[in-house]
Amino acid sequence: MPWKHLRALAGIAAAASLSVPALADYHVDILPPVTPVSSEIYSLHWGIMYVCMAIFVVVFGAMFWSIFKHRRSVGAKAAQFHENTTIEVIWTIVPFVILIAIAYPATRTVLAMKDTSAPDMSVKVTAYQWKWEYDYQQDGVRFLSNLATPRAQIDEREGPGAAKNDNYLLEVDNPMVVPVGKKVRLLVTSNDVIHGWYVPQLGVNQYGIPGFVKDAWFKIEKAGTYRGQCSQICGKEHGYMPIVVVAKNPDDYAAWVKEMKAKAPPALPEAVPQQASAPAAAAAPEQAPAAAPAAAPVDPNKKWTMDELKANGEKLYAANCAACHQPTGKGMPPAFPPLDGSKVVTGPKAAHIATVLKGRPGTAMAPFERLPDAEIAAIITFERNSWGNHTGEAIQPAEIAAARK
Amino acid sequence: MSTMTPAADAHGHDHAHEHHGPPHGITRWMYTTNHKDIGTMYLWFACTMFFIGGTMALGIRAELFKPGLQFFDPQFFNSLTTVHGLVMVFGAIMPAFVGFANWLVPLQIGAADMAFPRLNNWSFWLLIPAALLLIGSFFVPGGAAGSGWTLYPPLIIQQGMSIDMTIFAVHLLGASSIMGSINIITTILNMRAPGMTLMKMPLFVWTWLITAYLLIAVMPVLAGAVTMLLTDRHFGTSFFNAAGGGDPTMFLHIFWFFGHPEVYIMILPAFGIISQIIPAFARKPLFGYASMVYATASIAILSFIVWGHHMFTVGMPAAGNLFFMYATMLIAVPTGVKIFNWIATMWRGEMTFETPMLFAVGFLCLFTIGGFSGLVLSIVPVDITLHNTYYVVAHFHYVLVSGALFAIMGGVYFWLPKWSGKMYNEGLGKLHFWLSMIGFNVAFFPQHFLGLAGMPRRIPDYALQFAEWNMWSSIGAFIFGFSQLIFLYNVVSTVRGRNAAQQKQWEGADSLEWTHLPTPMPYHTFETAPVVK
Repeated sequence: MPWKHLRALAGIAAAASLSVPALADYHVDILPPVTPVSSEIYSLHWGIMYVCMAIFVVVFGAMFWSIFKHRRSVGAKAAQFHENTTIEVIWTIVPFVILIAIAYPATRTVLAMKDTSAPDMSVKVTAYQWKWEYDYQQDGVRFLSNLATPRAQIDEREGPGAAKNDNYLLEVDNPMVVPVGKKVRLLVTSNDVIHGWYVPQLGVNQYGIPGFVKDAWFKIEKAGTYRGQCSQICGKEHGYMPIVVVAKNPDDYAAWVKEMKAKAPPALPEAVPQQASAPAAAAAPEQAPAAAPAAAPVDPNKKWTMDELKANGEKLYAANCAACHQPTGKGMPPAFPPLDGSKVVTGPKAAHIATVLKGRPGTAMAPFERLPDAEIAAIITFERNSWGNHTGEAIQPAEIAAARK
Repeated sequence: MSTMTPAADAHGHDHAHEHHGPPHGITRWMYTTNHKDIGTMYLWFACTMFFIGGTMALGIRAELFKPGLQFFDPQFFNSLTTVHGLVMVFGAIMPAFVGFANWLVPLQIGAADMAFPRLNNWSFWLLIPAALLLIGSFFVPGGAAGSGWTLYPPLIIQQGMSIDMTIFAVHLLGASSIMGSINIITTILNMRAPGMTLMKMPLFVWTWLITAYLLIAVMPVLAGAVTMLLTDRHFGTSFFNAAGGGDPTMFLHIFWFFGHPEVYIMILPAFGIISQIIPAFARKPLFGYASMVYATASIAILSFIVWGHHMFTVGMPAAGNLFFMYATMLIAVPTGVKIFNWIATMWRGEMTFETPMLFAVGFLCLFTIGGFSGLVLSIVPVDITLHNTYYVVAHFHYVLVSGALFAIMGGVYFWLPKWSGKMYNEGLGKLHFWLSMIGFNVAFFPQHFLGLAGMPRRIPDYALQFAEWNMWSSIGAFIFGFSQLIFLYNVVSTVRGRNAAQQKQWEGADSLEWTHLPTPMPYHTFETAPVVK
């Protein structure tokens, strides 16, 4: 590529700017690339920047020369020329040639980005309002990934000056983990609206479109943690569905897969038998609740007490429901109705279970079939026995399993 | 008759048509078929919407001043970004240019009025219910549309009745634009004064002729797209619902088939205004008039085949991405020609820098920067890493605010003496320009850096590493926003004041309104067509 050597210059500039701590947060460049494609993007961007800067100097040079020299206040007299075919042809053709020079390396990168053939592994990424699901089909691992920043920091409940986490809004409970040096193919889709899976340092920004599966790929060359966010506006919590990718050495990756499998065999509607995973949260309350799976499979017919269900339900509600229906259960009417005193929540339980499982088509209420029976049972029990709701009903996982049929 | 003096015209007018002066009171404005009155109403409408949309923008920037949620809940924030975009595009920029067209097209081609005066009145008054629907949607249950101005399904399907109000508003605005365009095209093609051949028309008229064709071509496409949204919402169709055999991506294709020509609808008339202002203050004819016309036409034609560059991240095949990349890069050629022509017009001129010229030079500098960032974004791999980030926000504000809006501001200062018959305060005008220039760049230049660092657009809160540049951006936005009050004050005090302007306020201006018409202009002009040599 014609501007490979220019990258060295850019690197020095970037290093210089990073070495000044006071300016560390005034980023002015694309984040350091960690995949072959994002490296090409990085050098393409700098290549185009240099072309633009060169044109800028010429164009603005001429313009400001004219502004300072050809003004009445310095005694300029207007010439009357108004066309010159030769120069007009030149300044039509020269940009054309420059564009071809830019298009050539760009085309090679486009073709490389689009080549998703022969991956070492595939991960299906499904977007939900407002979380990501990662399904490692070859490794049998599947989990949800939620924002981990506490709501209190976002709403500044501890006062405007209260400290925020270092990775405020860019931290999740369960990161996507991938092995270093492997070509990872992403199969991106969505369950509800259009989302965008965007991690700048990987050079991937792919819409997840409901009903369609699109693919993209990356091969991370350096172990580390890479952060991104949903790039396409997807409703109220669009700003709160970050993506964290952790690249590990193949051995560490294998250990992670083993750990995830031990924790939770895939708990899916279509993958029988249903596994109750939520009670683990009761056993280890400091663990993040949403997809923190059980340490060991639990008997699906176990009877849970009201207290156990409510305790689990509160955490699961916070992770899955509170964004819309609010921790207070008051919702944000009319788009997000209140659950406190709701007819569905205080009425017959069958309708409540059906709403949670199937969602409400045409509204923001998504189906939650993907959650295990025990989690749904806990959430529904919590909802029916919190705030001003006192139905006194403890919903058992077996009832959810029955309702699925 | 080309030697007819303005004085004679005014004199003859007064005698023969005394009863043709404007009627008084509100009915003058409601029933008017006079292109000047309608142009004035369009401009005040645009000004009002500009301040409403600007207030929303300041709300956005206030929330983004520092990390954390301080003022709004995220859904209301989404509504602000959405309606800010819709109001500025459909309520401020487009009507402002139609206002310019109403005022200037008949004057510059020597016509007595627009071809269809009643249609003209109707196309203005349609804007009022459209604006009420759009702004009123904030007050219905669920709040205004929160989907971004692009209205992508399925998100748009989820929300309440505000979406239906937005859809009807878009229908009304589209109908208004189509009627306005028919009027402009008919006027230009049929009502030019004797001797005013197409290639003698001022460039502003040319750019509007081409813009009007773009509008007629794409507004029905937008109307179709939003109608499909409406039937998907209420009548059980599945145009954009995969579960029923539809495809959300199809909406993106249809929307951007409208959307990209729409971008040029908002910039071509700006090119026209700048092409009037720069020669006037360089006291030198426009360089490369013919190539300007051809470049404008080329940009318009290319605008129909580049829509895919808004969608590089939907997962089109490589061939699709490459086609749209090459076509988009091509636009740099005619756009470059225009920039070079303007600089060549300034070259060896005898320039003075009154407020209109300051805005024109500001346009030239900043629009060029917006063009560069557009070139960067046309490159598919780079776009993928910048798509839906603040880099894109910076790019389109450089072409729409310092492009279209600066041209509108410059145009108002340029023609206000002719329109109102009175001269504005030059000192205040220059103050307005410099505060706008500084505020704008402080607000939007750092957004390039935010985008490069990966900050997505349309988020109410952001990670800590974005805090510094966001703070600067908010400070700039408030400087820019409040300095527009100087503009408002300057215009109002000019119109209500008594500082009479000259017939040819700018010695280098050479189109018919300056050379053939007195200041202040009579209510009806060119009842006898001038003869152009």
